[in-house]
Amino acid sequence: MDIIETVFVRNNLIVAFAVVGVIMWFSYFLADKLTQGRIHGSAIAIALGLLAAYFGGVATGGTRGVADVAVLGGIGLMGGGMLRDFAIVATAFGVHLSELKKAGVAGVISIFAGVIVSFVVGAAVAVMFGYTDPAEITTIGAGAVTYIVGPVTGEAIGASNEVITLSVAAGLVKSILVMIGTPLVARYIGLDNPQSAMVFGGLMGTTSGVAAGLAATDPKLVPYGAMTATFYTGVGCLLGPSILFFIVSGIF
Amino acid sequence: MLVYGVALLSACLIGGMLIGEALGVILGVEANVGGVGIAMLFLVLASNSKQFKSLTEGAAGDGIKFWSAMYIPIVVAMAARQNVAAAVDGGVLALLAGVLAVVVSFALVPVLSKIGKSGPTSQDGGAA
Repeated sequence: MDIIETVFVRNNLIVAFAVVGVIMWFSYFLADKLTQGRIHGSAIAIALGLLAAYFGGVATGGTRGVADVAVLGGIGLMGGGMLRDFAIVATAFGVHLSELKKAGVAGVISIFAGVIVSFVVGAAVAVMFGYTDPAEITTIGAGAVTYIVGPVTGEAIGASNEVITLSVAAGLVKSILVMIGTPLVARYIGLDNPQSAMVFGGLMGTTSGVAAGLAATDPKLVPYGAMTATFYTGVGCLLGPSILFFIVSGIF
Repeated sequence: MLVYGVALLSACLIGGMLIGEALGVILGVEANVGGVGIAMLFLVLASNSKQFKSLTEGAAGDGIKFWSAMYIPIVVAMAARQNVAAAVDGGVLALLAGVLAVVVSFALVPVLSKIGKSGPTSQDGGAA
């Protein structure tokens, strides 16, 4: 037992490659046999990943899902920001500049529209639940933007820890829902070409949500959505503690 | 050489991240502003230009394609390390704020996509 754990922990990134490989194989097998290819194999794999993350989090009490289980620690590195960003950039290989230019203006508009719309929705829900302090309303609204914008805004304007935690939870719900929901609604929102993918990335903004959601819909759309999505959190952190907070303070 | 492509990819990411980080400092924001997006632009420019041909064609190109193909497995690993338990524990307010933000944003995709469609190339159409 000791030997197994030593080898697994010492080679945790390699273990992660093997484990993810098995999950992929199993997911594509299910997609093929059970749904006749109607549901994308990667969509099933992502859903299985999220399910495993839930049980990992409950079992260990940690914040990194299944990566807090010692022998699966390598999942944390493999799925962490560094390799994720590296692989996202690699997807841009072979993209034509002309496709990007076509949706340039719409892409930029969508980033600002996305931040403002999500913020307004989040803030409205906070008001609905009886929050009246502008800092608290702003922080929860910022959490609905992304789970990074929430705490950055909350700390900047002095919201309580409790509200900041709530804003992170709202952002996580958004990110997970985008992962699962995108392949289901793609057809109804016209998400089938590079231009709409750029608008989609700008509107949703959560990099992990967009990255996984588009991967499960059509991997060819990934670079376009990811391109705009990566600007979203920055714009959110810019607007949240400043203009948006001033507006909320003016109203309440 | 395979590693040339990987090195080009790495250089793009590091360059983009540096600019994104600098943008964050200039704007006074505690975040990297578009670093990955800028890195992607660099790679698009490099792969469309003649000067970088030796770094993007043949074996070197395979080095980039490998990481592009590893994208989905990496995203699965990313899903497996999300703090799903905290999202579930967030209660009704967090759930409602997150869900409504996504629903409204989804609904806006077809509306804003029309802005990019004014060009002469009329694409897709009656899919919805």
